[in-house]
Amino acid sequence: MKALVVDDSRAMRSILSRILRKVGVEEINEAADGSQAVACLEAGASPDVALVDWNMPVMNGLELVNALRSRKEWRRIAIVMVTTESDQSQMVRALAAGAHEYLIKPFDEGSLIQKLAMLGFQAPSAATGPALAAQGGSH
Amino acid sequence: MTVAAEHFRYVQQLVMERSAIVLTEDKSYLVDARLAPLARAIGVADVNGVVDHARSRRDPALEQRIVEALTTNETSWFRDTRPFHALEHLVLPALIERKRASRVLRVWSAACSTGQELYSLAILLEEKFPQLRRGWQVELVGTDLNTEMVRRATEGLYSNLEVNRGMPANLLVRYFEKEGAHWRARETVRDRSRFVKLNLVGKWPPMPTFDVVLLRNVLIYFDTKVKTEVLCRVVKQMARGGYMLLGTAETPSGLCPDLVPMPTDGTVVYHLPVG
Repeated sequence: MKALVVDDSRAMRSILSRILRKVGVEEINEAADGSQAVACLEAGASPDVALVDWNMPVMNGLELVNALRSRKEWRRIAIVMVTTESDQSQMVRALAAGAHEYLIKPFDEGSLIQKLAMLGFQAPSAATGPALAAQGGSH
Repeated sequence: MTVAAEHFRYVQQLVMERSAIVLTEDKSYLVDARLAPLARAIGVADVNGVVDHARSRRDPALEQRIVEALTTNETSWFRDTRPFHALEHLVLPALIERKRASRVLRVWSAACSTGQELYSLAILLEEKFPQLRRGWQVELVGTDLNTEMVRRATEGLYSNLEVNRGMPANLLVRYFEKEGAHWRARETVRDRSRFVKLNLVGKWPPMPTFDVVLLRNVLIYFDTKVKTEVLCRVVKQMARGGYMLLGTAETPSGLCPDLVPMPTDGTVVYHLPVG
């Protein structure tokens, strides 16, 4: 499994990457904003899941979600927004744009692991994610 | 701060008497962690101060708060997945078919904590069994021995941290409404649910019989004698033809012969036969 971590905080990227490695992600690319993430994908990265912050310089998380959904070869990437944006309207916007899941900062490690499990990403020995989660986002 | 051995034994005894939950010697960390907020709340220096306070003043209210602090558990939405899968694909379809004449369905979450299990079930019913909104009487009852848990479950108000734990985002935006920094379960989730204080090892209020009982991760806290008593009492509260779900590590095997195990898709559902 491969992942892309997009957050302008180096510390947060490091935390997220550590948790991803725990659930068996073998290859992790990191980007500090949406445009770096796009550049990373254009350079050939092919993640199965992207963890995307909302508020970032240059290209924000919502713009990145729109970019990921606009290119056919990137539509298979599962997107989890990981952000301090906790307004319901923002969450609805992200899901409508094509994010599958949403995690509000601050979060505990288990919550991210659960969100990844909902999308089918989990360590081989772990329990499965929530029953209704397979429905994912709004698409 | 570590709780003194003598104080730990006092808490151990108190929790045993009030809830029949066995706090083994290796649980002193739990006493430290759970009573620290209580120390701050009552204005004493530390955990030992809480116990001193309760012992010297023989304060029943404080004793109750100690018991409650130690019997409250972490919970999450759609916890463990497989029981909810079994409810959706086996238990509820069977009950809906069998009860199509009476059109009454009752579910009991027997240690409901802050309500996530029962509200998860309410959401499952809305999502997968919308026909139950037409002409069915559906009663979802959550009970807990902790007064504060019952209040919080009734309130249906959850922090960001709490909704992060297992609630799919698409269901969160559909079944909850943001209120300040919290999320309130909408009326469609709350209108069939009610929460009542009940100590599984104490006196029970009058209750109807239930078609589904969720008794998950409760029995593990009891010794074998109490486990058997509680389980048999709960079974008496089940309707014939009803189902029980236990925690992953729990089994009624050897404790209650009336229940028939039905292994299904990675979990076991226990059935109380009609005849």
